[in-house]
Amino acid sequence: MSATSELASPIAIAPPVVAAPSRSYWAMVWQRLKHDRMAWLSGGVLLLIIAAAVLAPWIAPADPYKGSMIRRLLPVGSPGYPLGTDELGRDMLTRLMHGGRMSLLMGVIPVLAAFVFGSLIGVFAGYVGGRVNMLIMRALDIFYAFPSVLLAVAISGALGPGMSNCLIALTLVFVPQVVRVAESATMQVRKLDYIEAARMSGANPFTIIRVHVLGNVLGPVFVYSTGLLSVSMILASGLSFLGLGVKPPEPEWGLMLNTLRSAIYSNPWVAALPGAFIFVTSIAFNLLADSVRSAMDNRS
Amino acid sequence: MLAYMLKRVLYTIPIALGVTVVSFALVHLAPGDALNAIAPADAPEEVINALREAYGLDRPLIVQYALWLLHAVQGDLGTSIATGRPVVGEVLKAVGNTLLLAGVAALIGVVIGCILGAVAGYYHGSLLDRMATGSSVIGVSIPHYWLGLVLTICLSIWLPLFPAMGAGPGGSSAWQWDWAHMRYLVLPALTLAVIPMGIITRTVRALVSDTLQQEFVTALQARGLSSRRIFLHVVKNTAPTVLAVAGLQVGYLMGGSILVETVFAWPGTGFLLNAAIFQRDMPLLQGTILVLCMFFVVLNLLVDILQPLIDPRMGRA
Repeated sequence: MSATSELASPIAIAPPVVAAPSRSYWAMVWQRLKHDRMAWLSGGVLLLIIAAAVLAPWIAPADPYKGSMIRRLLPVGSPGYPLGTDELGRDMLTRLMHGGRMSLLMGVIPVLAAFVFGSLIGVFAGYVGGRVNMLIMRALDIFYAFPSVLLAVAISGALGPGMSNCLIALTLVFVPQVVRVAESATMQVRKLDYIEAARMSGANPFTIIRVHVLGNVLGPVFVYSTGLLSVSMILASGLSFLGLGVKPPEPEWGLMLNTLRSAIYSNPWVAALPGAFIFVTSIAFNLLADSVRSAMDNRS
Repeated sequence: MLAYMLKRVLYTIPIALGVTVVSFALVHLAPGDALNAIAPADAPEEVINALREAYGLDRPLIVQYALWLLHAVQGDLGTSIATGRPVVGEVLKAVGNTLLLAGVAALIGVVIGCILGAVAGYYHGSLLDRMATGSSVIGVSIPHYWLGLVLTICLSIWLPLFPAMGAGPGGSSAWQWDWAHMRYLVLPALTLAVIPMGIITRTVRALVSDTLQQEFVTALQARGLSSRRIFLHVVKNTAPTVLAVAGLQVGYLMGGSILVETVFAWPGTGFLLNAAIFQRDMPLLQGTILVLCMFFVVLNLLVDILQPLIDPRMGRA
């Protein structure tokens, strides 16, 4: 809007200018992402990996559980086995595709759970404030005294091996971090005048949180959580690598890396393959998270 | 200044207490009876009861915790169920090895990270910057247990330069600073160094490019200071934060070396934790977690106390 039109009296005939359609915040974020080559590249790689994992039961060339004692540890590029076979003679390509299902799930679910629970606790603590807030935050400080890998291994080790325990452990590792982000964002918002105004006009706390607080809090929490995806992938597969996660013969990248470890002398390429998939997925998650962060940053 | 330090030290006490509660409670989260690890399934009732009494498991949980804490403060973490040896001895021996590995890895990571970060910050937006930034993204995204395997394949199998496993020739556990022992440290330390390398590169790059944009740098340039003298000013401005991040990284590596230690059969705390978990050796698990976390808590405290000492601006705040 130019200065003249602001000064014009409301009675004056409006100049025949069609206002440009106002763009919402999310449309702007999408516009920025659309022009980010790194976002396209990493998003494409992720989509490919996810598609291969989801469609594995229909498009994988072989049975992920059926082995063959005479075709053990075939090298990459063997006829009929493009990525070789594992220590029990099972097709690597098939198992890597099926393994992605478990690895991706184990990477994404803890972050999703931490996003939900962390936001709930953080917004509650930040909005209520006072002594309750201090109690919650100081209690969570204790979990900050544990290095995250140690905490994950300790919890899933104490609970015993298994996939669900692994998911619980990783969620518990991420919740305090998300709570901290959500709490500090809520604290910033609740001091603002319009929250006070909403309260004075009689809105109940749930309405205020739903309408006025969440919109400001979920952005930073979302950005933070996307950054956790890669950490979660690496940690989840790491737990399986230690034997604390998925149990054999289930295909999972971390576990495959573990069972193929003894093959590094005879067939190093095949043994290193599952780890390469973890690496590519985690780097794609990281790059996409970086793109999302800068696209959602209003200062840029 | 002194008040700040005192406050910081006092604040550590509830955190440390909380850590003991969590370490103790973790083990009691475990499903099933802790005695299953030692008593055979068909053991008679009297034997199980006697064992329960011997390990103090027949008392209320709070009493168990209080007793455990009382003993822990006096340096007694109980007896390992699997080996029957005192937990403290086992843990301290392992902590020494892990500290060695984590310390050397942090040193490598911090040095390389500082160089890469400074170059990237100085030549912001250039090809060098993109290469350094790229390597830091790789550093934080790579599953280090896999990197360990790849390094083993490259530098131990194809080019037999370094041993793939263990911490010394002939399985000896005594560490010495000679080449025969240090060869064993190379691969695990390099593997572990990648984590702090990526994080330090990011931190230093952001700090250096921020500092270079500040007005005092332009003022120094206007006064005709050589770029070397200006660099010194940049270092002074970035050092406190880098030191804080680096200090915490040592702590993270102490806890994060579990996977790398498993890959290289390094006889540290990770190895111990692994053994404790799979043998369901609860006293050993509790003790190892407690010692590692206390280490981390103290390191956090040291970093917070040292930071205002090197950065006078923080003392005034």
